[in-house]
Amino acid sequence: MKCSEFLQELTNYLDGVIDDRTKAELEDHLSWCHNCFVVCDTTKKTIEIYRDSQLYELPDDLRTRLRTAIVAKCHARKKSGPQEA
Amino acid sequence: MSAIQNKVDEPVSDELTLVQAAKSGDVSAFEELVRRYDRNVFRIAQHITQNREDAEDVVQDAFLKAYSNLAQFQGQSKFYTWLVRIAVNEALMKLRRRRPERTVSLDEEVKTEEDSVPREVADWSPNPEQQYSQAELREILTKTIQGLPPGFRTVFVLRDVEGLSTEETADALDLSIPAVKSRLLRARLQLRERLSRYFQRRDGGNGAQKHESGDGIQ
Repeated sequence: MKCSEFLQELTNYLDGVIDDRTKAELEDHLSWCHNCFVVCDTTKKTIEIYRDSQLYELPDDLRTRLRTAIVAKCHARKKSGPQEA
Repeated sequence: MSAIQNKVDEPVSDELTLVQAAKSGDVSAFEELVRRYDRNVFRIAQHITQNREDAEDVVQDAFLKAYSNLAQFQGQSKFYTWLVRIAVNEALMKLRRRRPERTVSLDEEVKTEEDSVPREVADWSPNPEQQYSQAELREILTKTIQGLPPGFRTVFVLRDVEGLSTEETADALDLSIPAVKSRLLRARLQLRERLSRYFQRRDGGNGAQKHESGDGIQ
């Protein structure tokens, strides 16, 4: 397996959606190709860092304000009947 | 290496009960759906629009549009996927309004094929995120993901941050599954490469290596 072929399968490999034979081939490639091992490992870390990053958390006060506004408008629409937003 | 797991998996039956109640006019049932997904919608909206006020508008507009069109929701997909589809469209409209000079589309084919092949392969420090304060790390991550084209950014956020499956992401964005996979791969590799500037090992050992034809690639 070439590095370019490994990269094509990287997303499936990280997501765990590949058959056993391809997985074995990828892991064989990883065992001797340091560069692909690093790319694979740091790509996985990239995903984990973003997943755990808590970027753009919704602050509680804003959350309450938005929900109150949404619910009030839903009640208003309910009274006036269904319509396009 | 173990596979990365998705993090969002709400009970669907309970959700359908809430949707049915909301359809029959129970606003408190809809409020529960808002409570369940407002954080996700806000995150997605802010990632796409890159603007806090726009993201606030998107949260309101998306939930109101969902409420007004509940009758159209047939239950073939999860409510959340349907809601995300609405929110993404609202967010893209905001982005287009702010950047009328640039076409903003999920279908755009950005010329970044060459970016799929890592040029620099630098190993990272162990626990690289701990080299920075929370505020610094947040700035690095924000700046890095904002540099991606909207089409790549959106796929990455839905799949890897929000934990939608490939099929759900394709459904929410009206893209084919191969298109989602292709964008996700390129988004992941580009983010990895950009983050390497901050996270690479700096002790001089086993550092940056070229990963190009004739050197790293076989």
